[in-house]
Amino acid sequence: MAFRDDIRRTRAIVWKDLTTERRSKAGFSAVAALGVTILVLFGLALGPDGKALQNAAAGALWLAILFASVLAFNRSYQVELDGGALEALLLYPGSRWAIFAGKLIANLIFVMAMLVIVVTVGIVLFDVRIPAQWPSIVGIMMLGVVGIVALGTFYAAMSSRSRAREVLLPLLLYPMLIPVLLASMEATKAFLFGDLLSASGAWVQMLSLFDVIFLVATFLAFEYVIEV
Amino acid sequence: MALDARGVARRFGARWVLRGINLQVRAGEMVGLLGHNGCGKSTFMRIVATLLKASAGDCFVYGSNVKTEGDDVRHHVGFFSHVPGLYDDLTARENLAFAATMLGFPSADIDAALERVGLTHVTHERVRGFSAGMQRRLSLARLILQRPRLLLLDEPYNNLDVAGIALMNGFIRELNAAGGAAVVVLHDLVPAEGVIDRTVTIREGRVHVPTVADFTHDGASPEAVTRPAGAAGVS
Amino acid sequence: MSPAPANAFGPPKPLHAAFGWITLLFFVFTQAYAVATSPADALMGHLQKIMYVHVPSAWVEFAAFGVVLLSSLYFLWKEDERADLLAAASAEVGSVFCGLTLVQGMIWGRPTWGVWWTWDARLTSTLVLFLIFVGYLALRSFVEDPHRRGQWSAAVGIIGAINVPIVWMSVKWWRTMHQIQSNPRSLSPEYLRGLLLNLAAFTLITAWFIWRRYEAARYERAAEHVSQAAALGGYDG
Repeated sequence: MAFRDDIRRTRAIVWKDLTTERRSKAGFSAVAALGVTILVLFGLALGPDGKALQNAAAGALWLAILFASVLAFNRSYQVELDGGALEALLLYPGSRWAIFAGKLIANLIFVMAMLVIVVTVGIVLFDVRIPAQWPSIVGIMMLGVVGIVALGTFYAAMSSRSRAREVLLPLLLYPMLIPVLLASMEATKAFLFGDLLSASGAWVQMLSLFDVIFLVATFLAFEYVIEV
Repeated sequence: MALDARGVARRFGARWVLRGINLQVRAGEMVGLLGHNGCGKSTFMRIVATLLKASAGDCFVYGSNVKTEGDDVRHHVGFFSHVPGLYDDLTARENLAFAATMLGFPSADIDAALERVGLTHVTHERVRGFSAGMQRRLSLARLILQRPRLLLLDEPYNNLDVAGIALMNGFIRELNAAGGAAVVVLHDLVPAEGVIDRTVTIREGRVHVPTVADFTHDGASPEAVTRPAGAAGVS
Repeated sequence: MSPAPANAFGPPKPLHAAFGWITLLFFVFTQAYAVATSPADALMGHLQKIMYVHVPSAWVEFAAFGVVLLSSLYFLWKEDERADLLAAASAEVGSVFCGLTLVQGMIWGRPTWGVWWTWDARLTSTLVLFLIFVGYLALRSFVEDPHRRGQWSAAVGIIGAINVPIVWMSVKWWRTMHQIQSNPRSLSPEYLRGLLLNLAAFTLITAWFIWRRYEAARYERAAEHVSQAAALGGYDG
């Protein structure tokens, strides 16, 4: 059955991406270290005042995750470009969405793992008080990361194969992710400070809407960007 | 018809690398493709393999259009290119297991393929440490798993030792016996002795029809044939 | 990619030039009319008159990006390269008007709010839109192969256009959480007539710009087709 074959292909790509990533240990540690470094820089920029740091914690965390994950997206295709593996990948029969799904899931796992490290350091550095509704914050982080990774995996498929890819990916990606960033930051803040529950609900809705729309759009459009 | 190319043309920017290739290969036929470096042989192979879109012309593999029915074409085509297309951080066996799943044959006999290409002693070693010849053998093992109906080989004998060449030729003959076809890009006819039915030369982006002038020079290799003065085409 | 017939291209037709001149005259007239007929605003005085360029700029910028969306969809559907050229032309013109809208907003904001920039919902989302399409144009300039450029920029154009309402919503919510937003008052008829006329004039001018830009792109492509014909001319197949 064709669909079952495609699911099997997706699983194989996830396994392959994560295995190569795990074996070249430098990759993950470097990206996570960069995320932590960005947090430290934000801490220095926003000054030693504890109150100001706490207020800015949500924003700094999300920006650190965004900046570091962009490196992960380009790496994810770099593995394919070394030794012409992308050529072999495109020569296999089957649906193109299986390739996208595989890369997407592998990137999700990668970014989530990085997020755990960055958030842990952020809680310490920015003196964040963990509120009772911390599971909600975890949920928001998952939603936000799905949005970032969906578009990041999609745009990196183009930028990694064009000139000036280091510039092109953030240039395309950051403006597109502004709704995700605003929603994630505001919702995280609302839960951190036990703010009005009404607003955070709206942000969560927007995040979910964004994720659904762009998951569908990128799945449909991926075939057009990978084949040429 | 295994391969039917009609006026396949391709440009890169303003430069036309292929200017209309017409080539028909019947099932069971083994065709050698000759031509100077940079004459567009590899570009043509990549178009047939659906990796590149032709700027003009049509191309069919077992009746499927490479431009619009890529997935059907990919079920038939096995492409052996310059690049190994392997993952350095996976072992030989893992690379083949990945390929088998992607090809849609998750239960293929990987160990048999590894044994056939003589890589059993490095089954669990990472490809990163492999020599170029070993990587070629591993790529060949992937083709053995696939058993394509149209084999596209781009300079397949590069980096292969005598035993490797025999291995490659054995595989080509086996597919031929099963009714498969092959297009083989060659820069030296000697190793392909006995597996190629006929040769086609590409010159200046077209299939070159030999003239008397071609036979007044020595050497079997196309690189040795100097350009005949009277045959200058469109530059 | 089908070769276009050679007679589709030629010297600019007099009709095009006439359309351009008429559009320009109409634009000058609508501006003069609007400025002359509108009384000084009770609050803003004559500063209000920037509305006659600001609102139409914002309108045509959205319209141009709408054209990008539609022609990108059409390109992916039919692979007609003219759709790709039209999308590129619209994105360029749209970005120019987007930039103009931002500058006019700042010119208006300085005397009104006392600052050049404020994180107002409309200004901010226009800026984000501008950045999205700067990315689109950058992608086009970084990709050489015409087919690849067409497919990639169509995908980016469609996904960018889908995002426009979401960006607008998110920025608006973000603003309302911090500060109550000032709503525009309803317009009295003496302002409305001038505004509507200018909307029409701007739409025509934009159409003309896109048309000219698109034509230029088609001339370039026609030259490439000529080289294609020359390159392929010799083969007999």
